[in-house]
Amino acid sequence: MNQDTLLQVRNLKVSFRGEEGELTEALKGINFDIPRNRTVALVGESGSGKSVTSMAIMQLLPARNTVIDPASQVTFEGRDLLALEGAELRKMRGKDIAMIFQEPMSSLNPVFTVGDQIAETLMLHAGLGRRDAFKRAVALLTEVGLPDPEKRAKAYPHELSGGQQQRVMIAMAIACEPKLLIADEPTTALDVTIQKQILQLLADLQKKHGMSVLFITHDLGLVGEFADDVVVMRHGEIREAGSVEQIFNAPANPYTKALLNCRPHLDSRPLRLAVIDDFMQPGGYVKPGERVRGYEASDEIILDVQHLAKSFDIRQGLFGKRQFHAVKDVSFQLPRGKTLGIVGESGSGKTTVGLTLVRLHQATGGKALFHGKDLLAMSAREFHEYKRRIQIIFQNPYASLNPRFTVEQILTEPMMLHGIGRVQMERVKMAQALLDRVGLPARSLSRYPHEFSGGQRQRIAIARCLTLKPEVLICDESVSALDVSVQAQVLNLLQELQDEYKLSYLFISHDLAVVKHISDQVLVMNKGEVVEQGDSDAIYRAPAAAYTRKLLDSIPTGWQPQAA
Amino acid sequence: MLSYIIRRVLQMIPTLFGVMLLVFCLFSVFGGDPSLVLAGKHMTPATLANVRAQLGLDQPLTTQFMIFVKQVFTLDFGTSWGSQQPVRDVLASRVGPSLTLSGALLVVDLLLAVPLAALVAYFRGGLTDRIVTICCTLAMSISALVYIVAGQYLLAYKWGLFPVGGWGHGFWTNLLIYVPLPMLMGLMVSLGPDIRFYRSFFVEEMNHDYVRTARAKGLSEQKVMLKHVLRNALIPVVTTVMMSLPYLLIGALVLESFFQIPGMGNEVVRAMNNSDFPIIKAITVYVALATMVFNLLADLIYKLIDPRVQLK
Repeated sequence: MNQDTLLQVRNLKVSFRGEEGELTEALKGINFDIPRNRTVALVGESGSGKSVTSMAIMQLLPARNTVIDPASQVTFEGRDLLALEGAELRKMRGKDIAMIFQEPMSSLNPVFTVGDQIAETLMLHAGLGRRDAFKRAVALLTEVGLPDPEKRAKAYPHELSGGQQQRVMIAMAIACEPKLLIADEPTTALDVTIQKQILQLLADLQKKHGMSVLFITHDLGLVGEFADDVVVMRHGEIREAGSVEQIFNAPANPYTKALLNCRPHLDSRPLRLAVIDDFMQPGGYVKPGERVRGYEASDEIILDVQHLAKSFDIRQGLFGKRQFHAVKDVSFQLPRGKTLGIVGESGSGKTTVGLTLVRLHQATGGKALFHGKDLLAMSAREFHEYKRRIQIIFQNPYASLNPRFTVEQILTEPMMLHGIGRVQMERVKMAQALLDRVGLPARSLSRYPHEFSGGQRQRIAIARCLTLKPEVLICDESVSALDVSVQAQVLNLLQELQDEYKLSYLFISHDLAVVKHISDQVLVMNKGEVVEQGDSDAIYRAPAAAYTRKLLDSIPTGWQPQAA
Repeated sequence: MLSYIIRRVLQMIPTLFGVMLLVFCLFSVFGGDPSLVLAGKHMTPATLANVRAQLGLDQPLTTQFMIFVKQVFTLDFGTSWGSQQPVRDVLASRVGPSLTLSGALLVVDLLLAVPLAALVAYFRGGLTDRIVTICCTLAMSISALVYIVAGQYLLAYKWGLFPVGGWGHGFWTNLLIYVPLPMLMGLMVSLGPDIRFYRSFFVEEMNHDYVRTARAKGLSEQKVMLKHVLRNALIPVVTTVMMSLPYLLIGALVLESFFQIPGMGNEVVRAMNNSDFPIIKAITVYVALATMVFNLLADLIYKLIDPRVQLK
């Protein structure tokens, strides 16, 4: 083994045993190296085997149903990691190789303070006493840039924001100066601005501690700025591996090209986003024309929101109350067949705007005129008819579909509630047509949500809204939880549906590139207030507010030549 | 915290008023006329009127309700119609035996069920899990009466390991001599469902991401289970136990009557058979009060063991 190689993966083959004993191959014999003091990005879509790879290195795969081929080898500084057992294995975990995960909130134990959780690692591997370990934990929290670390060390995970939780996870991981840090989608659950900070932190720590990083992500565009080498995976195989420069400048494999192109770009707006399949077929991807966006004077305004406000009462003391203003004075117009994008970070109030419009929250001020009638002033009975005409698609396709309903029930229930279709047969027929329209096979009707992937579930959620023939569709972070490649497919679907049915979209997202691609007008929100509002091209070309510029700067730019 | 407690205590007032109204209506409308029972079979209209006057039943309903409210607030429910003893004394003498038996049963049940649940959850899907699950289902499916009769016959009568029943004087005598057999019978019934119930809490916790983090840190499996998983799985266990505490007051009805333990359970049965209204009324109100107080306590303890809980 080369002196400069820290970890060597050879012929790693992993299969999972199903309930009937059948084997599914997750890794089909992969080979790659992680050199010392370098960052290697492992990139691929869900199901590509990238997380399985990292879990196999750490021996964290469930022993009951995992079969690792005996010829597989993972060599770390001359030791075969797959052969480690018991105390030796535990000594390696957390000390030589540490790991951080996608969901920082659920990856931390909710009932212990974050300081204790970091100290636990130090007591285990560095042999520190409780008090020294806690002191060191505070120092580590300082190092990862957590404000007020002494106080935060005594906080519980739920008292911290997502970005802060991930900083805690990083502090825990670097506590024992590991030689390799495995970061499994560490920023996927975070806002773009926070993502940028976390990536910067990881890059700084990598240099400072001279450790190697294995960075796992579905978003190839993300790794250009800080990875040294890139390994692209699909279906349990490595499609391409090379230096970051080579991968970004001269990708050889069509799949790599596809991954590079499916993320929406700020400087172009194709009629249709590129998807993986475009690259995989003979002939390759042909760039479609550009789409021109923006409101026009002739547009028919169907939703006119004026001075919308929402505040929540927060209890204080024995009988006291305090008001929290989630949304202050938001006004906008939405024409038929156009899209208004609402951008902002977590807590900006953008989701509250959507929820008050469908009256899942009761607005505390303002008007929302839908075809001239104020939605907010209607009685519940009057509003029932309008519920059909304004539909909402939520972020998490895993949580927003009833797991005990079949797709048929999911799709026909809203039709039944609103008296669409006379008999069930008729509704099922309509459901079938809609499934076909969103690109799912008709046999899906009898299946349950858990049998589908995230992208497919979001298609079901879209079909559910379409059953009611709505005029306005509110998409609340509807593509944020999806892989970039799947995100492009869903965005294309939404665009096709808009062109076909003249739907109006209220597109809520923290991802500016996505919003730019799909929106005619953009509204930037921060702390409940509108910071900037206008034609999307104009805002992206010349952002007026400092906050908008900060959001724009957070978008990953891909690989940049070092000299520039 | 303090303002939360005050607010919750204030909220109890309307609840208590509702309970009083409900109990009063139940007794005066559906309870039948107790004076008919008390006056006996060979009463004359004069004795009946006399009894009614004694019980205050000739007063208007509002006055009767006010008397009842006063009884609740002074916790003085008069004298038992059966033994002519003050209700307070009767119940005070009954609550001890009940708590000794049910308390011991609860503690031993927890000490056995929680570790066993953790163990089978850890080996879920394996042979240990399957054997324990089968044993639990088997134990659950047999009636408590079978255990009691078999236990009394074999363990007590044939082999003389325990007294067949009865109750003595002194806490330790009772706990060490008279409680073990009925407790064992109670365990046979309660362990099965409890292990399976608690097992589900452990299994759910073990699927959480923080378990993977703990393993990735290099913690041993024992540490992962006993520190990280246990602390989280105990949260629902504590909630379940706190909610069941008010029922300890009523005692284990079946066990007490089969083992002749002079506890609440026996007293409830006796009072109901003899229409001893003061006793029934008192127990109903006490249990309602205990439920309210324990609910509040459960919420406060919940806050203590789960930092995520916010008291609003």
